[in-house]
Amino acid sequence: MLSLAVNKDALVLFKKNLASFWEIYRRNTMGLIGLFFLIFFGLLAFLGPHLVSVTTLVVDGVTQTLHPPTPGYWLGTDNLGKDILAGLIIGTRVSLLVGVAAATISMTIGTIIGIVSGYYGKTVDALLMRFTDVFLVIPWLPLVLAMAALLGPSLGNIVFVIGITSWAGTARIIRSQTLSVKERPYVERARAIGAGGTHIMLRHILPNVFPLIYANTVLVAAIAILSETTLSFLGMGDPTRISWGMMLHYAYEMGAVINMAWWWLLPPGIFVVLVVLSFTFVGYALDEVFNPKLRRRDL
Amino acid sequence: MSLLEVTGLTTCYQLKGGTVHACRNISLRLKKGEALGLVGESASGKTTAALSLVKLLPDNARVVSGSVWLDGRDISGATEDELRRIRWKEISIIFQGAMNALNPVRPVGDQIVEAIRIHGKVSEKEAREQTRSLFESVEIDAGRVKEYPHEFSGGMRQRVMIAMAVACNPKVVIGDEPTTALDVMVQAQVLQLLEDLRRKREMGMILITHDLSVVGETCDQVAVMYAGRIVETGPTETIFLKPAHPYTMALIAAFPNIEGERNRFGSIAGSPPNLLCLPPGCSFHERCAQALPYCREQEPEVLELSDAHNCACHLYNKQVNQQWKVS
Amino acid sequence: MESIVARPDLLEVKDLQVHFAARLNLLNALFTKQEAVVRAVDGIGFQIRRGEILCLAGESGSGKTTAGKALLRLVEPTGGEILFNGEDIRVFKGRRLKQFRQEAQIIFQDPYESLNPRQTVFSTVAEPLEVNGICACLKEKEERVTEALEDAGLNNPRELFLRYPHELSGGQRQRLAIAGSLVLKPRFIMADEPVSMLDLSIRAGILKLMVGLRDARGISYLFITHDLSLAWMVSDRIAVMYLGKIVELGSADQVIKDPLHPYTRALVSVIPAPRRKSGEKRALLQGETPDPVNIPPGCRFHPRCPQAGSRCREETPTYTEVQAGRFAACFYV
Repeated sequence: MLSLAVNKDALVLFKKNLASFWEIYRRNTMGLIGLFFLIFFGLLAFLGPHLVSVTTLVVDGVTQTLHPPTPGYWLGTDNLGKDILAGLIIGTRVSLLVGVAAATISMTIGTIIGIVSGYYGKTVDALLMRFTDVFLVIPWLPLVLAMAALLGPSLGNIVFVIGITSWAGTARIIRSQTLSVKERPYVERARAIGAGGTHIMLRHILPNVFPLIYANTVLVAAIAILSETTLSFLGMGDPTRISWGMMLHYAYEMGAVINMAWWWLLPPGIFVVLVVLSFTFVGYALDEVFNPKLRRRDL
Repeated sequence: MSLLEVTGLTTCYQLKGGTVHACRNISLRLKKGEALGLVGESASGKTTAALSLVKLLPDNARVVSGSVWLDGRDISGATEDELRRIRWKEISIIFQGAMNALNPVRPVGDQIVEAIRIHGKVSEKEAREQTRSLFESVEIDAGRVKEYPHEFSGGMRQRVMIAMAVACNPKVVIGDEPTTALDVMVQAQVLQLLEDLRRKREMGMILITHDLSVVGETCDQVAVMYAGRIVETGPTETIFLKPAHPYTMALIAAFPNIEGERNRFGSIAGSPPNLLCLPPGCSFHERCAQALPYCREQEPEVLELSDAHNCACHLYNKQVNQQWKVS
Repeated sequence: MESIVARPDLLEVKDLQVHFAARLNLLNALFTKQEAVVRAVDGIGFQIRRGEILCLAGESGSGKTTAGKALLRLVEPTGGEILFNGEDIRVFKGRRLKQFRQEAQIIFQDPYESLNPRQTVFSTVAEPLEVNGICACLKEKEERVTEALEDAGLNNPRELFLRYPHELSGGQRQRLAIAGSLVLKPRFIMADEPVSMLDLSIRAGILKLMVGLRDARGISYLFITHDLSLAWMVSDRIAVMYLGKIVELGSADQVIKDPLHPYTRALVSVIPAPRRKSGEKRALLQGETPDPVNIPPGCRFHPRCPQAGSRCREETPTYTEVQAGRFAACFYV
């Protein structure tokens, strides 16, 4: 009966934690704006294919090509007569997916390397950090281009390439936090009760660097979306899927600039900026919530 | 006449959960050259009370009422500008962690010279001269003015802070736990130094501390605080030998006294109350061994038991006791 | 208390040393050939009997905490022997070390720092059981946790299960930390200044609890403190450390009422006594404890000793039994 109480109360505990988190978060205006846009884009990504009819994306020869915004085609059409608005909405899914997936990969690698390196120190630390330094200093774009070219242009490959090239900064941040957490008496206490390295890293260090991980994941997601846009723009994207980067790529290639087709170039650009900004806002807000030193004194 | 006279000082903090009266109705008297120990546990309001004298408070705190007379002058209505002149020159404060407040990349002497010159119109040379003599007055070799903070030990840095505090010959020095972070031997040295300085310069001193014994050795008067109120004041000897308030009695009993009995742990049940929701009546009644039913109902007034010995407890109020028995 | 003398030893420390390589600044590293060594603990020996509270007293820099941690193998000793129940703990590895950790526990100074802020009360106390694979089923675990919290003097433990440390008062937190040690049913506890961060009115409760556990379960303690009056209150015997060495050891009453070593005498004289007659002068020592990298030659206390003679500057006094059960390291006792 008691055991039941503990399990049931775990839910209560979770709710309590969530409530106290929200209590602080909601006072951060920037964070709220970011969150609003993220929810908006999230819904767009989720519902996108149901919102637009596929026909608007099909080259039918009926619709006018490169037409400025008109009712019916709110953002105009491209050189093949496809609806720009529909493209934008469909593209959201790919952009967000790449951002979140790549950030997850990046954070996983960064967190593991950071914690292991910080906790064990000495030789392990030296080796892992030199390895991290390599990833920090190699010119990012050429590497990514080379890898993307080598692996071929598919969505999975893009996620993979971005994920494994963007963890180095995270590893550094997590490592320095680990170094400070592992000196706390509660870690020593854990050693005194006989806990081993894995247990200490999972039970004591990870929960105490988690806030940093949350905040960083969101920031890395923003970078990953930018990276995907860049890669696609440079023609390394997955040609079978529409993403904002792909739209920019075609717009540029097909002479949107020469034709002054601003309705083709601007919207994907603005969407990228909006999504990246909202991720960044949320990231900073999380950082502020979890890091009381940055928080405005409101006592 | 008193050098410092505080009457009915009340300060509150605006917190998320409501208003906290960190100190309520504080009244104190300090004569010239006298030392007063303000004793209390954490969150008893002792620091707030002392900082309220010169309004050195955080943004969310406000002195609600009370008057502060310094040397025959009411400073409770002073403007921020006037207060800035009063602080340090007339009332100076030694903070607990002050020794860590020195700039690590500048010689200690330079920092004192700068402070002296900001507050008074003196030449660089004069200020240097003054710094050297200040160093000597706190028993540090004057040659060390050129050294950097890291070359001083914790105790030495605290001496430097004391030197700074007395630089302008203030009338009152407030020490906020000035020896808490120091080792026992160094603590004894610093307390001795403070006492010598006080006697030599005839300064008034308010020593804020949680450590009853520190007060017993260095202060003439003691004020015991609990949950924002002063519950007992009196001459040190009276407080230690004939404590009146049950809280004071318990505190003294809780103190390990090597002249007493071994293995006797005097303790007070429960823990200090949450200032956001104080119990009704006397704040101490929940932990008090001698609490009367009446203590739950009404907050006790301050009673004068004997000359300069005051106590806020119903046990000593005959009228209340009688009334209670009758009804 | 006399009976304690007759009890067998639980822990015996012989010539324990803990030396660290000192961190040098760049200049020193370039120009000194010799590697600087911090001799934090420099050859100390004592016994702790079953059910005894031995106090290791000293100022900061005396090496008392390092010595205490070495007894638990939280710091690796660089020399000497530590016999726990007759076995040298320095050779313990793997499973044996883990088993030893169940028997020898620690209580830290700061109950705010020694508890993981993201762990609930239940999880804090249950963790030692999980780590050591004790009680597999949740129900049994809950019983053990409840029992430990009750033993540590926390009422209604089940209501506290899901609280976080920051929701508890200072005294409750320290009791929680104690429960986290008690749950393993240790025979020895190293308590590092367990009450120095707590308010005076709460201290006595924690001390009473610790002494009560000794009386009821025969737990032995190494009680580390800088406060000699506290040491006198709780311990059976007191060892006074200065710069990595024990300068005096004896029963609590002997050391406080009749100190032999000049350093102990000075420490006793500065014990703040609330009822000291005014005008009585304390025997203040000059200066501060030197850095354990540059330990003075001869008797390490001689530069601050009011009695030091020429012999003290050259020879190191041996730590000897001067009376039955009393040890001191000074030429003049």
